[in-house]
Amino acid sequence: MSNDTTASLGQPVTRRQALARVAKTTAAATTITGFPLVWAQNIKDVKLLQIGGSYSNMAEIANQASKDLGFQVSMQATDDNTQINRTLTQPSSFDINDINVFYLEYFLGRKVLQPVPVAKYKHWEKTVPLFTKGQYPDGKRASMQGIAPIKVQYYESREAAKFSATPTEWLTGVPSVYNADTLGVRQDLVGRKIEQWKDLLSPEFKGRAALIDIPSVGIMDVAMALESRGDIVYGDKGNMTRAEIDKTIAIMLELKRSGHFRAFWSNFDQSVNLMASGEVVIQSMWSPAVTVVRSRGVQCNYVPLREGYRGWGSVLAPMAHLSGLKLDAAIEYLNWYNSGWVGAFIAKSGYYSSVPSTAKKHLSADEWGYWYEGKVAASEIKDAFGNAVARKGEVRDGGAFWDRMGKIACWNSRMSEDRYLTKRWNEFVSS
Amino acid sequence: MNAVSDMRRKSLLTMLQAAPLVAVLLVFFGVPMMTVIVVSFCDYEHARILPTFTFDNYADLLRSDATLRLYLGSIKFTLFAWALTLAIGFTVAYFLVFHVEGVILQMSLFLVCTIPFWTSNIIRMISWIPFLGREGLFNHALADLGVIHRPLDFLLFSDFSVILAYVHLYTLFMVVPIFNAMARIDKRLLEAARDAGASRWQTVRQVVIPLSRTGIALGSIFVVALTMGDFFVVKVMSGGQSSSIVAAMYNEIAGLQFPPAAASAVVLTAVVMAFVAAILRVVDVRRELIG
Repeated sequence: MSNDTTASLGQPVTRRQALARVAKTTAAATTITGFPLVWAQNIKDVKLLQIGGSYSNMAEIANQASKDLGFQVSMQATDDNTQINRTLTQPSSFDINDINVFYLEYFLGRKVLQPVPVAKYKHWEKTVPLFTKGQYPDGKRASMQGIAPIKVQYYESREAAKFSATPTEWLTGVPSVYNADTLGVRQDLVGRKIEQWKDLLSPEFKGRAALIDIPSVGIMDVAMALESRGDIVYGDKGNMTRAEIDKTIAIMLELKRSGHFRAFWSNFDQSVNLMASGEVVIQSMWSPAVTVVRSRGVQCNYVPLREGYRGWGSVLAPMAHLSGLKLDAAIEYLNWYNSGWVGAFIAKSGYYSSVPSTAKKHLSADEWGYWYEGKVAASEIKDAFGNAVARKGEVRDGGAFWDRMGKIACWNSRMSEDRYLTKRWNEFVSS
Repeated sequence: MNAVSDMRRKSLLTMLQAAPLVAVLLVFFGVPMMTVIVVSFCDYEHARILPTFTFDNYADLLRSDATLRLYLGSIKFTLFAWALTLAIGFTVAYFLVFHVEGVILQMSLFLVCTIPFWTSNIIRMISWIPFLGREGLFNHALADLGVIHRPLDFLLFSDFSVILAYVHLYTLFMVVPIFNAMARIDKRLLEAARDAGASRWQTVRQVVIPLSRTGIALGSIFVVALTMGDFFVVKVMSGGQSSSIVAAMYNEIAGLQFPPAAASAVVLTAVVMAFVAAILRVVDVRRELIG
């Protein structure tokens, strides 16, 4: 974290603190247009670089940001490992971190990220309560299995050394992209309705099922299936005990030996090809991969299951080295990000915005109805690049926003026993 | 006196000549390798390397059943890949050198061998997937011919497909050094062998093989090192069903567990070096290259 954020009583007030106070006192009444002339002139020279997953770090979004904001925003897509390594070892080499929330724990106390003051973020009031309070709109508490976003949404203080379970003035980042994950199914080849997670392990799909080869996610998909089958009841599927890991891996080993799994995929394209070729009929899958299979004219569904979904989400976190004008620009960018255009863009990949009311303004009534309300498509639905993903008369798998996000059983996670899990997973794959 | 100072000057000159290479090796090989060795003795917690000395990483690695299984698996793949690439590589080189007349034709056929390498490794490997799959071309062809009634599963995502890909990817690494060694064999030796009454097979065994052993050794080092250090081919072609030493390492790195990955890297390096040493013991590559 930069020095000017550690000021305490008696030290001179820095420019940023002054700005924060002004922002707080003038509150929501201030709009972007009220900036001093100097700011407006110098801001043109600011360059911001964001890194993160390929699904949300695209030139289209960066170009639109640069156009709307008047300074240059660029994006680099990275895989998770590169992103974490770079955050820890070269934190000054970029400005905005678009990071999966379950990784945030890695950065606690490392002084690589800086908090976003709630006072400076315009959309917090309108943000989905899943992120602001860990609740659904009706006040019901969301699942706390795994790393639920609310567990890592607030810092205790601006020092960003500890998370706070209850709301504070300091956000770990601005919620960006999130979704509810489930199983992908070749509806034309399975021959029946898939309604429960246990179907992933059903003997009728022997040799035609696949699993994601990422230990923490793969084991969770199996855990959902085992719980659904009644084999094991987990305390927390997102944070298993050693005994739970052992029990799960033992069953997985048996399944593997019997030839139940056709493959274990490790990237997006593999999952698409397994499904599109019919090599596999039921598997762990990501929403846009299902969309790609469908755009090839193959009937692939992202089926809603009785036990619920596996949820995940990302935040945009400013890096600690930002200060002064560049920090102002970064905050401005975060406010722009959730002001609607991006929300609409990612909606067309099946992802959700944390401020849906702003995204709605940038979607047609038909698109909003299809992606968010579970309504029948009145015309052909296209993705952000113009490819048709749903025909007239189709409904989104799983239906409306809260029918999907309201049924999260467990969140993507990094377990306390991850060292042990990796070891056992390696044994599983090598057996 | 004079002779001694002369020798000193000579050895100084030699050292100076070797210095740039030594410097490059130190910076790009020595330093990283030392870092890996140091890290392998460190403790760790979430994404953090703790500078406390420990043998735990090695103890965990050497005590785990998975390690033995991984090594046996990788060695099995290596043996198959080595035997097949050697057989094919030797045959191709032999044909090019001894059966093709004229250097121009020889060189053009040699270049033809490299054509598949104009595309990337990944593409050459992945092209097998639609070909061998359950719904793939090969299964369809067999079914249409009436040879099979249900698709053959073992063709893809199996040990078979992994070895097939290795052989496809690495045979050229055998062809090139063996071709190179054979091309330097004096053709008159073969005539002499024939005149002395040797059969073709005897000539191959007693003249050609001994004289191309440098090439065979170099090719073997390439193939063994590439196969033992592979993780991508195994991962893709076995559909994640089989693993390799490096794939396990990759999982550790993905979990930001660098010290155990480093320990695994050190052990693998030692094993591969032992293989290479064994090969070099059989064939003194350096002497043969100079001679």
